[in-house]
Amino acid sequence: MTQKILEVRGLSRIYGHGCPMCLASTGPEHDTNVCGHCGSIVALHDVGFDLFRGEILGIIGESGSGKSSTVKMLYFDDTPSAGQAIFHDEGQRHDLFRKNAAQQRSLRNKRFGMVYQNPHLGLNFQVSAGGNIAERLLMSDVAHYGEIRRRSRDLLARTEVLPERMDQNPKTFSGGMQQRVQIAKALVTRPPLLFLDEVTTGLDLSVQAAILDLILEIQQELDTAMIVVTHDLGVIRLLAGRTLVMKHGRVIEAGLTDQILEDPQHAYTQRLVASNL
Amino acid sequence: MNLNYEFPGEETGYAFGFLDEYAKKEVRRAILKAICIPGYQTPYASREMPMGRGFGTGGLQLTLALIGPDDTLKVIDQGADDSVNAVNLRQFILHTCPGVAATEKTEAATVIQSRHRIPEKPLTEAQVLVLQVPYPDPLVVVESSEARRKTMHAEGDYSRLLVKLYEDIVRFDEITISFRYPTRINGHYVIDPSPIPRWDVPKLDQSPALVLLGAGREKKIYAVPPYTPAEPLVFEDVPFRVEHFLDGQDRRRACVRCGATDSYLDEFSNDQDAKIFQCSDSAWCSERLSRQRREEVPA
Amino acid sequence: MQVLSVEGLAKAFCLHEQRATIPSCSQVSLTCWAGKLTAIVGPTGSGKSSVLKCIYRTYLPSAGQILFREPDGKVTDLALADEHEVLRLRRGGIGFVTQFLSCLPRRSALDVVAEPLVAQGAQRAEARRRAGEMLARLAVPERLWGVAPATFSGGEKQRINLARGLISRPRLLLLDEPTASLDPGTSDLAARLIEGIKAEGIAMIAIFHHPDLVRRLADDVVELAPLVSVI
Repeated sequence: MTQKILEVRGLSRIYGHGCPMCLASTGPEHDTNVCGHCGSIVALHDVGFDLFRGEILGIIGESGSGKSSTVKMLYFDDTPSAGQAIFHDEGQRHDLFRKNAAQQRSLRNKRFGMVYQNPHLGLNFQVSAGGNIAERLLMSDVAHYGEIRRRSRDLLARTEVLPERMDQNPKTFSGGMQQRVQIAKALVTRPPLLFLDEVTTGLDLSVQAAILDLILEIQQELDTAMIVVTHDLGVIRLLAGRTLVMKHGRVIEAGLTDQILEDPQHAYTQRLVASNL
Repeated sequence: MNLNYEFPGEETGYAFGFLDEYAKKEVRRAILKAICIPGYQTPYASREMPMGRGFGTGGLQLTLALIGPDDTLKVIDQGADDSVNAVNLRQFILHTCPGVAATEKTEAATVIQSRHRIPEKPLTEAQVLVLQVPYPDPLVVVESSEARRKTMHAEGDYSRLLVKLYEDIVRFDEITISFRYPTRINGHYVIDPSPIPRWDVPKLDQSPALVLLGAGREKKIYAVPPYTPAEPLVFEDVPFRVEHFLDGQDRRRACVRCGATDSYLDEFSNDQDAKIFQCSDSAWCSERLSRQRREEVPA
Repeated sequence: MQVLSVEGLAKAFCLHEQRATIPSCSQVSLTCWAGKLTAIVGPTGSGKSSVLKCIYRTYLPSAGQILFREPDGKVTDLALADEHEVLRLRRGGIGFVTQFLSCLPRRSALDVVAEPLVAQGAQRAEARRRAGEMLARLAVPERLWGVAPATFSGGEKQRINLARGLISRPRLLLLDEPTASLDPGTSDLAARLIEGIKAEGIAMIAIFHHPDLVRRLADDVVELAPLVSVI
């Protein structure tokens, strides 16, 4: 029986000072994130889920659904207004939002991986592609030049980046290749948990297919647990075993991916699935 | 400068050492803090001195705060006692600190202020070395935000700096930093040891003398306390190496003046436009030379 | 040994937009044993596919019990099992050959078929070898093995689908019109394959569009009648 790697409960985030009416006047029923009374934005409210080791969880929703915010909180790019996230790793229980900044940075560098939609957030454009991966290894205290070169080369090969481009600046790479460098960078420390935020959005179809393929292969090989955030139902169907559907900051439905896509229960999910081209 | 000028002293209220007692006390407290946290850039209230920033005001304030009438001072610039900047600084200190003696001999000095070199002669526990620093923070090349640099120092996260070294090795097969080589003090903070050459960096490690580094313009003091580990940043499989001074035929060059093959050499062009090499440490060179001359004279 | 017991299964779709409840099937009961095939028959719209999908949990059953017995004797009600249980059972115990092939765009036919074995932990080379055997038994020409199935004909896709579904030998196999796009010759090959699987002790529930296949392969037949929809 696989164990839980992540338990999220009551995750919430409000931008603005908030007021007693905020929760009641926002959400899927009101079709808005913005509180009519005070103007605060309820980006997330009471998001909860479990993630098991080696599992791929999908989070699907449209813009403003809070899917990216969820992952941002877990990766410490932003601080939640409320909620708890327990990360189980190597027999230890980490209460993520209670950790101090240094501990969070350590977990982020060594135990999590993140691939952003925008490569400028995930890559350092002042060093080469190999340098980006080296940076991550150096952050996790690998100090052997030869080993850094070897592991960077291996991972770039796995992500199908041509070896002769390893020492080039990623500025010169295509979007798909930049994403592949990001994936290599995220995986080089073999993290047990990987976040993927709209990683194929905006890429050419053929490149999308290649990257999805790569993600699955890697997942099988390394048994990495993943949270895949996307608005694309096709990506969810191919990657995720279970899926959360989010709208206006709330989780409105959760279940097996094929069940969500073929037998959606919630009105919004039904509309979403029916609108798929 | 008018050497006949009498220092006003008591009448004008100038203190011993030009700085008022409160200023000196503040510098000393910063020094103590810097020693307690080896390698940490301690902020201090750097005063305006009668010379421009960039001429050693940081080192100068350290010296003025520490020196007393029973001290002996040596000032060098690029290893030379007689360069313009060294002369200016030395005369200013002697003028404002009546009673302090001056020397060119390294072993006779109790306080040595230096720009860009550490003397060849090993220092002792009775000596303090003051180094002049232009930019104290080695991370400034990889991160422009001071707040983020402070966090990186606090967490010992020098990965961005190490990536720079990595890129050097990728491009040139070796680390090409020739001076200001980032060095880790006491296992935590990485410092910029000032523009001393790689040759001098090993002298910081387990040094019997206290090494103080002062940046006047940047208002920072930091220290390498005595007998403290000072390790240049390297990779496990790419060791630190100093300048080899080998000529084209793999022979170690010698100083044209004294013949030394164990000191840091400066490169000059002579009148015939040929390349010649000479000891950078003038005191070291002169001592060798005078010892040779004594040996030549029959006893 | 009884592998599956379905009792009183009903499924109705609640369509919020149309404000309608569409019933799909009702009061369905069937049992399935190791090494035996239960066929579900009935006219179009009688909810045959829904029954299979409810068992596989692609649909959430509206009512009823779906009891699945594992080799160690453990019995789970699939209608109530939580998602991770269902995923675990799908990985090891329950397989589903759907009507249409859905797979990753770039994978070769051989890799698509080898996939379930790799997921169970087999070495890729060995998995590919067994995938090749399976494809050969279904008369898929070798020149197609290295090609991605996106451009295959309906019949070719269906054979890939079938091969993938059969290769991992699950305890219970659900087959939804597995031979619909196949010509009589290939249909026969598929039938023989299914007979072989039966002999290995795998329990099967199948929907066949051709009554001959029902006669040939089914040990038990369940008939469904279409329901009247409620507006």
